[in-house]
Amino acid sequence: MTKKSGKILLAHGGGGQLSDELIREHILPKFKNDTLAELADAAKLNLTSGSVCFTTDSYVVKPLFFNGGDIGKLAVCGTMNDLAVSGAVPAALSLSLIIEEGLEVELLEKILTSIGETARQNDVNIVTGDTKTVEAGAADKIFINTAGIGTRIASVDLGYNKISAGDKIIISGTIGDHGMTIISQREGIKFQSKLKSDCASIAKLAQELLENNSGVKFMRDPTRGGLAATLNEICRGSMLSIEINEADIPINPTVQAAADMLGFDVLNIANEGKLVAVVSAESADKCLNICKNNELGQEASIIGEVIKNSDAPTVEMTTKIGGKRIVQMPYGRELPRIC
Amino acid sequence: MLERIYKAQSTMNAACETLGRQINIMEVCGTHTVSIFRSGIRSTLPDKIKLLSGPGCPVCVTDQSYIDAVLTLSERDDCIIATYGDMIRVPGEGGSLETKQPGANIKVVLSSEDALQLAKDNAKKIVVFVAVGFETTAPATAVAVKEAAADGIDNFCILSGHKLVVPAMRALVSEKNNKIDAFLCPGHVSVIIGYGAFAEIAKDFGKPCVVAGFEPMQVIEGLAEICRQLTERKAEPKSIYNAVVTKQGNTTAQKIIAECFETADGYWRGLGKIAKSTLKLKDKYSRFDAFKKFNLTETAGGERNGCRCGEVLCGLIEPQECGLFAKSCTPQQPVGPCMVSSEGACAAWFKYGRKKRTQ
Repeated sequence: MTKKSGKILLAHGGGGQLSDELIREHILPKFKNDTLAELADAAKLNLTSGSVCFTTDSYVVKPLFFNGGDIGKLAVCGTMNDLAVSGAVPAALSLSLIIEEGLEVELLEKILTSIGETARQNDVNIVTGDTKTVEAGAADKIFINTAGIGTRIASVDLGYNKISAGDKIIISGTIGDHGMTIISQREGIKFQSKLKSDCASIAKLAQELLENNSGVKFMRDPTRGGLAATLNEICRGSMLSIEINEADIPINPTVQAAADMLGFDVLNIANEGKLVAVVSAESADKCLNICKNNELGQEASIIGEVIKNSDAPTVEMTTKIGGKRIVQMPYGRELPRIC
Repeated sequence: MLERIYKAQSTMNAACETLGRQINIMEVCGTHTVSIFRSGIRSTLPDKIKLLSGPGCPVCVTDQSYIDAVLTLSERDDCIIATYGDMIRVPGEGGSLETKQPGANIKVVLSSEDALQLAKDNAKKIVVFVAVGFETTAPATAVAVKEAAADGIDNFCILSGHKLVVPAMRALVSEKNNKIDAFLCPGHVSVIIGYGAFAEIAKDFGKPCVVAGFEPMQVIEGLAEICRQLTERKAEPKSIYNAVVTKQGNTTAQKIIAECFETADGYWRGLGKIAKSTLKLKDKYSRFDAFKKFNLTETAGGERNGCRCGEVLCGLIEPQECGLFAKSCTPQQPVGPCMVSSEGACAAWFKYGRKKRTQ
C-alpha cells in the first residue's frame, strides 16, 4: 500500500503494481463516477449533441498552492472556462499527471482532493486519465494536463467574424487578481494586504449570457497576457480596432498597489475566473445585468467598444486623466522594476 | 482632478506664450518615462512642450562592456549570477542572460538581500550580484556588503554598476548642442539624495529642476511648476513629491553609501566617460568587488550596429528616429538596452506611444 506519508517513486508510473495501487487507492476515490471506474483505455461518452467543442491545457503553476486556489482547482476551472467561452457546456474532462519522483503522497492527495471537489462543484466528471512519473529534477514537483469536451449550446455561433464596429466590450470583474497573487507568493513578497486569486469556473455565467440572448458575438477568458493580450487577439482576429476607457476597468485597489510597487501593468496580468465578451450594442445593458446577477460577475463593466478605422487594428485606451495610449500585446514575461 | 489638470495646462500654456518657442523638458527617470506613457500625459500637453527622455534608466545607461563582463561570468561553473529582472534581456555580443543559459546559474532577484541569501545557501559557489541602479538602490547594496563583511560571507561579491544622477545631468546640460530648458527630476533618487542636490544644476546652468512623483497628477503638476519657473525666469531646485522627498534627503542612506563606496569615473552608454559618476567599492570592502576578484575592467564599449541608444538617452532624437526602431529592434528582439528595459525610452514608446503602422 502506498502510504500517505510516503513519496512517489518512479515505479508509480510504471504501469505495474504500484501504479495500480496509486490509481485505485488515491486517484479513483477522489473522482467517483462509473465511466472512470471502468479504467478502460478510453472513456465512452454519450453526448446529447453531435456538435462538440474540445480543448486542452497544461498547468505548471508555482507555487502549487496559493491564496484562492491551487494547481488542481486551476486545472479543472481553466479547461472548463475555455469550453464555456467557446459556447459549450462542459461534459467531461481528462486528467493527465506528470509527477516528479520524490513528491510527497500527501501533497498529491491534497491536489487530487481539490480536483475532485472542484469538478463536483461544477457538475463535470473526470472520465479518463493518465499518470506518469519522471526522475527527480526532470519536472518541478507536478505538471497537470486536462483536456475537456463539451456540447455546443444550440444556435450559438461565436467567432471573430461575427464582431462588427459598434459592438461593446464587457469584462466580468476585476483584473489582475490571479497573476499578482501568484507573483507575490512566488517572490515571497509579504504584502500586508492579502491578495487572492480569482480562480473559478465561469461556465455558468457564460451559459447565462448565451442562453436567451443573441447579442453575444465572441467570448474569451483573459488568462496569460491578461486583458491586453485578449483585446489584441480580438483586434487581430476581427481586423477591427478597439477603444477602451481606463476609468471603466474594474481593478482591486490592492492589486493595483501591488502592481505599482513592482512596476507591472495590470492589463498584462493573468486572470483565472473572468471572461471578456464582445456583444452587440443593443444587448450590452442586458448582458451587463446578466453578469451582475451572477455571483462571479458582480463587478462586471462595459469597458469600451469596437471601432472601425483605416489604420492597422489597434487597442487604444483613454486614460483616467483624459490622455490616450496604445495597449500593446505583452511580451510574455513581466519583469519587476529595479527602482 | 480635472480642475487641477486645467490649472496645470493653463500654467504650461502661459509659459509657451511667454517664451514663444518650444520648451524642452528632460525627464531624467525611466519610471517617469513609463508613467508618462501609461497615463497618456503627452497627448494632454500643449504642442510647444516637448518631453525629452534622459538617462534615467539604470539598465539603459549600463555600458556594453559591463554587460559583456556579466555574460563572461555567467559562463563560469563556479559562479551564480544574481540579477534584477530587467538585466537578463540586455543584449551583449554573445546574446543575453535570458537566451544564453536558460535556468542554469542565473537567478533573478528582487533585492540585494536576496542575492546575499543566495550566497549563504550556496557556500560552494561565488554569487555575483549585478548591482545596477542609481542612488535609489545603492544603499541596499551597501547594506548587503556590510552584512557579508560582518558575517564572513566571502562567496558574495558585487559587480558595481551603480551610477550617480547629478553628474550625468551636468554632462548633458554642459553639451554645446543640448536643447534642455529644464529637468523633471527622478522621484526615488531624490528620496535618497534630497532635492537640494539639484541646486548646483539650477544655479550653474539656470535650469529649473523639479522633483515629482509618479502618479499622473504629480507629473503634470511637476511640469506645470517647471513652466511657472520658466515664465518667471527663475531656476530653482524644488520638489512636489512631498510625501517622501526632503531637501536634504535620507542622510542615513547617504552615510551607508559613503561608508562602502567611493566615487569613480565611469562609462555611460551614449554619454561616454563621466567624471566621478559611478560608485566603486572602497578598499576596505575590496574582497567583495567582483571587478577585482575576477580581474575585469570596464571600458567604453561601442554601440551595436546602427544602435542609437546613446542619442536617445541624451534626448537628441526620439526613439522612432532611430533606423532600427520597430524594425530590427523590438521588445521581442532588442538591440540596445533602451528597448529592453520596461523603463527604457524605446520600449515605452513602442508599447504605449508608437504611431499606428499605416501612418
